[in-house]
Amino acid sequence: MPENIAFEIQQILPDVILCFFGVFILLAGPFVGKAKQSSLGILGLAGIVAASLATANLVGNDGTYFTGMIIVDHFSIFFRFTFLLISGLTILSSLDYLRRQNINLSEYHSLILFATVGMNLMAASNELIMVFLGLETLSISSYILLGVKRTDPKSNESALKYFLLGSFSSAFLLYGIALAYGATKTTNLELIAKHILSGSADMRLVYIAMGLMFVGFGFKVATAPFHVWTPDVYEGAPTPVTAFMSVGPKAAGFAIFFRVFLVAFPTTYEKWLVLAWASAVLTMTLGNVVAIVQNNIKRMLAYSSIAHAGYILVAFVSGRDDGVAAVLFYTLAMNIGAFTIVALISRENEQKISIDDYAGIGFKQPLLASSLSLFLLSLAGIPLTAGFAGKFFIFRAAIESHFIWLAVVGVINSVVSVYYYLRIIVIMYMKELPEDYVPVSISPGVAVVLWLATFGILQLGIYPDFVISLARVSVLNHH
Amino acid sequence: MIPVSYYLLLSAVLFAIGVFGIVIKRNMVTIFMCIELMLNAVNLTFVTFARYHSLLDGQVFVFFVMAVAAAEAAVGLGIIVALFRNRQTLNVDEADLMKW
Repeated sequence: MPENIAFEIQQILPDVILCFFGVFILLAGPFVGKAKQSSLGILGLAGIVAASLATANLVGNDGTYFTGMIIVDHFSIFFRFTFLLISGLTILSSLDYLRRQNINLSEYHSLILFATVGMNLMAASNELIMVFLGLETLSISSYILLGVKRTDPKSNESALKYFLLGSFSSAFLLYGIALAYGATKTTNLELIAKHILSGSADMRLVYIAMGLMFVGFGFKVATAPFHVWTPDVYEGAPTPVTAFMSVGPKAAGFAIFFRVFLVAFPTTYEKWLVLAWASAVLTMTLGNVVAIVQNNIKRMLAYSSIAHAGYILVAFVSGRDDGVAAVLFYTLAMNIGAFTIVALISRENEQKISIDDYAGIGFKQPLLASSLSLFLLSLAGIPLTAGFAGKFFIFRAAIESHFIWLAVVGVINSVVSVYYYLRIIVIMYMKELPEDYVPVSISPGVAVVLWLATFGILQLGIYPDFVISLARVSVLNHH
Repeated sequence: MIPVSYYLLLSAVLFAIGVFGIVIKRNMVTIFMCIELMLNAVNLTFVTFARYHSLLDGQVFVFFVMAVAAAEAAVGLGIIVALFRNRQTLNVDEADLMKW
């Protein structure tokens, strides 16, 4: 029935729009002069705005579509908006960066759009094969994005490492999917749960499948002990791509991690809880402790993002998904602000990415330094910033679910992390400025990103009700 | 008739060989082939279960996996070629500009 198909396509209209804009930018690329490549970025932004409008249109269409492969619910819509925000901020902060680094590739913008399609489909998938396809759409786009500076050996290396470890982990995930399919005769998440409840599934296979999927997702979201690729990949990548990688794929990985384990394996996932518990403790501690000794700011932020994956795992272990994790994703989205400043300070060919390069810029570049300080304070979880709200809700959830020790470890870690965040602020304001310092100018795109991120952080920190009520309705429906 | 467990065992062994190869091999292209071996082991599992349960969808999943593997191969080889142009090496141990 044609009208039915039209109705079903409406449920993935944001993705259709993003694909259309992505392909159009690819095709238009060769016809646009090198100097005008940034107009393609504007086109990408237009695609993201159009997709946001289409996403807003999805509200109220709750249900499953395409024979149960795609689900529309508050959870997926919340994540779709988060991803669109992340991609929009990434493109905005890239415009200036690409021009300064002389990367005249139209593919860059369309790959960001394709990666967004992958993330959207992950959040909206109700089916293990759909999970795999969404994940691969995202991964393959990000392999190319990481290596977009083709002549830079560091960028090559970063792409290679992520490619090898990413496809390695995808194979684990896929093997888990195959075994889950074998045990329950289906790949639909709700039907898997039904088969397990009715006792018709081979439980040995189910447990192995869950273990393999845990490994696969663990690599994607960089939880210890599957995090080793993160610092290298983040360091070598072009900085706006690092910003994107540290929030987008991570949020998408966790979205699907939550959905698969809470919807498909609601009764059995307690068996894995002790593993998730250990992984959360290890991830937080390792991320924070190793971040202390880093001198490269990109590596430091990479370890900080590993630590944040640990905090999100705490929410997973607490099993009380009343939107607590969603709040943290929102705060993480503001991470893009910090990376934007890192990209700006790094200059041509990313020479200045050591922490000492920030010496004394506090009074020379007041806007940059004050907003970077705010972003770092938010990451550290100082009150009146978004980071505080995010961490507060997660640790409260852990305590209410009687994971007291997990909360204690989390809070101690949070205190440890203050050291390395504050170190940069101290260096910026208390050290001497080198005499040959050349101030960097702030382009309009970067200014918009900084203002948006500052607004987001303060708004969630001072008046959190709005985002929290949004996050609360985005609760995953599970049994 | 050959019992289904034989096929599952075969695919598990193939998967393990793939994992083992990734751990011990140092040549990028060989590592990449090991990843392909892992994916094909999974394909065998899918086909086995599809046949065992008399369902068709397992067979269809294999096509999805093959399409994704082809896309991955295109991108992966592109990355390896780009790295080789800059470094003149295919040894992963020499891709060490950034320390683990």
